[in-house]
Amino acid sequence: MNFLISEVLNLAPGESCSGDTGSKLEILRNEKIDKPIIFIGAGTCGLGAGADKILEVTRAYLSEKNIDTEIIETGCVGLCSSEPLMDVQLPGKNRISFEKVTSDLAEEILSAVFSGNPIPENNVLGQYSAGGNEEWDGIGYIAEHPFFKPQKRLVLKNCGIRNPISIEEYIAAGGYRSYLKGLRSYSPGDICDKVEKSGLRGRGGGGFSTGRKWKFAFNVESDQKYLVCNADEGDPGAFMDRAIIEGDPHRLIEGMAIAAYAIGATKSYVYIRAEYPLALKRLEIALEQAREYGLLGKNIFDSGVDFEIKVKMGAGAFVCGEETALIHSIEGKRGMPRPRPPFPATEGLFGKPTIINNVETLANIPSIIEKGEEWFASIGTETSKGTKVFALSGKISLTGLVEIPMGTTVREVIYDIAGGIRGGKKFKAVQIGGPSGGCITEQNLDIPIDYDSLIEVGAMMGSGGMVVMDEDTCMVDVAKFFMDFIQRESCGKCIPCREGTRRMLEILEDITHKPVNGSSHHALRRFKGVTQLEKLGKVIKETSLCGLGQTAPNPVLSTLKWFRDEYEEHIFERECRAGVCTELRTFTIDVDKCTGCTVCAKKCPTGAIIGARKTPHFIVDDNCISCGTCVQVCKFDAITVN
Amino acid sequence: MNDTTEQILVKYKNADRDSLIPILQEIQEVEGWLSEKMLTSVGRHLDMPVSKVYGVATFYNQFRFQPKGRFHIQVCRGTACHVLGSATVLEEIKKHLKIDVDETTKDGLFSLEIVACIGTCGLAPVININGNFHARVTTDSLRDIIESYRVQNNN
Ligand SMILES: Cc1cc2nc3c(=O)[nH]c(=O)nc-3n(C[C@H](O)[C@H](O)[C@H](O)COP(=O)(O)O)c2cc1C
Ligand code: SF4
Ligand code: FES
Repeated sequence: MNFLISEVLNLAPGESCSGDTGSKLEILRNEKIDKPIIFIGAGTCGLGAGADKILEVTRAYLSEKNIDTEIIETGCVGLCSSEPLMDVQLPGKNRISFEKVTSDLAEEILSAVFSGNPIPENNVLGQYSAGGNEEWDGIGYIAEHPFFKPQKRLVLKNCGIRNPISIEEYIAAGGYRSYLKGLRSYSPGDICDKVEKSGLRGRGGGGFSTGRKWKFAFNVESDQKYLVCNADEGDPGAFMDRAIIEGDPHRLIEGMAIAAYAIGATKSYVYIRAEYPLALKRLEIALEQAREYGLLGKNIFDSGVDFEIKVKMGAGAFVCGEETALIHSIEGKRGMPRPRPPFPATEGLFGKPTIINNVETLANIPSIIEKGEEWFASIGTETSKGTKVFALSGKISLTGLVEIPMGTTVREVIYDIAGGIRGGKKFKAVQIGGPSGGCITEQNLDIPIDYDSLIEVGAMMGSGGMVVMDEDTCMVDVAKFFMDFIQRESCGKCIPCREGTRRMLEILEDITHKPVNGSSHHALRRFKGVTQLEKLGKVIKETSLCGLGQTAPNPVLSTLKWFRDEYEEHIFERECRAGVCTELRTFTIDVDKCTGCTVCAKKCPTGAIIGARKTPHFIVDDNCISCGTCVQVCKFDAITVN
Repeated sequence: MNDTTEQILVKYKNADRDSLIPILQEIQEVEGWLSEKMLTSVGRHLDMPVSKVYGVATFYNQFRFQPKGRFHIQVCRGTACHVLGSATVLEEIKKHLKIDVDETTKDGLFSLEIVACIGTCGLAPVININGNFHARVTTDSLRDIIESYRVQNNN
């Protein structure tokens, strides 16, 4: 510990060292090892996919054979669909990674490592190269894997690779040097300048210049200022913040420490979702380590600077991701937004100047200080600098996290990196920006991903959730899903947001549910619904107080714009081409096949099927709720669905 | 009165209002839910009207006002899970256990809650039972999963 503090942390960021210190660091970085190491991808996603079983098997194997070796539980490398992942590293050899590991395969790998059997050839993901170790013949490099090759991993650099709860390893890999360099060589104003010049924009959704935001707080005089890290990650479909905290918590802590120094905050909070217990646990461990090393606390490294981080757990309200609501929530109040100005930068938490930044934004800071603002600004496009992490999910071959330079096209992400649509189905749309965002369709797949291009096509960067949809997804249903989410999560302060979103949901339910009766009057009402959706959407956007209401209609307006034909089909033809809106189905009994066994009539929950025993039955359309029970119970295949 | 609540409150001596949510979270963590009595003692402890305590507690989705079952099932209803059929999964659970969302089975074994995204969207649809994640659930695997917990209870 002493050696790390005295020799390593004093090095300049990025400076490498040789000799005795250098080789000690190689050991800490697990590049030079004298006994094998087993790495298991144990992020929430890994554990969900079965990594806990693999850990069990591995521990049992090692204790049974009395082998003393290290098991490192890493975060997520980003390839969730290949999980569980297990890597082994043998002394002098490159680390090799296995995907979709089962208990049997884990045993096979272990016996290969410890009994000298040949390494299994199936399920090999690839090898990592590090520190001049010997390479494995005939095994590709992870860096060349199509999923990883186009990526540029700055924020996710350590995720899934390094031990997230080893501060020694983080320091050995160059960590915390940017912070100390900041403290020693730059004034707070310098750091604000650097971050502004780097072009970094907030990754939490707004996309506001981070450096400029910091300057607001920097320029205010106050006896106390606060920094808050927004780890509420409310967008259902985004999980990069979770992965960063689980996989590399020290990077976030370092970023926060630099940010706090720049704005003059001595106290800070991480507001983290309660749904992320593992991230919370790892963050707490990492914070304790940083305190032990004197990187948090009073008079940090004799600089005269104090800094402390506290963790606050969210309580499951989407609106608490909004800055002012988040502040109220930390203060112990109902998480309702308030009008701005005053902006939190001048009057925030407990009435003091407060800067709120997203996890990914803060995790970018250490590399900006290490490699310089010009380097950062050289990545990306004219107006959007650096990289962005996206969470890929839905009907896509490979799911997980990808970090790409801004300006990469949506097509590259979906087809080149993530391998296109699952099961050879046809692509329909990708939803970006969650409940505030919109859809990108086939014709816009070639737009570069940056803040402005996405807005131009009616989507938005948001926090980076990308949910891919194929021909089996109904876009009206997707719009209904978001509206249902939003109307539940609206805090209720503004009438347009509270009532308007509910009305929009009702209209969408009307469209996707079975018409009450088949009259043309009803069809007209359903059709008027579409124009009402547009009107309501406009009013809600213009008259709501906070970002939630101001963007709430987006998913509906965007699907209406690109998939109006699907809406019209639902309304006029009562048809859902994706087969999702099952209530629109109509059922008929084939008189030739029906034997009159009466099973369907008995099972029908609404008694909509009539007919005498041994004579063909008949469905009374007005009573049918399209539940599909009759189709399931008919033994003679006599019921057809349209 | 409830000892656990008192024990937790003792830890928050001289606490201010900003401790309200952490206190409620800690009580719920131990008790599984928040009763009227618990909320009243919290109010008294923080010198706040109980109506305010209740106002805060009901604002947040996390807080429950009914005891939860021995096995608490959380169904993710986030976007990724929705696209991959979480609505059907939810219906199936409801049908299988004969309870609605936020209810507990009569034998007190299972309770059901929906949550928005547990952060494992890459493995959708996901459910979480007492902190254990079950990924890529299907209507078939679901029954086995639930029954395996029932068996666990009988042992
Ligand atoms: C309804 C709503 C939800 C939000 N949720 C989040 C969130 O979960 N995480 C986040 O970082 N920002 C969220 N934001 C954006 C924040 O209000 C804020 O702009 C952001 O945290 C600022 O950090 P940045 O500048 O680093 O992006 C949300 C905004 C709104 C209006
Ligand atoms: S827009 Fe909606 S969520 Fe935002 S303050 Fe108004 S009611 Fe609350
Ligand atoms: S949408 Fe279900 S885990 Fe994210």
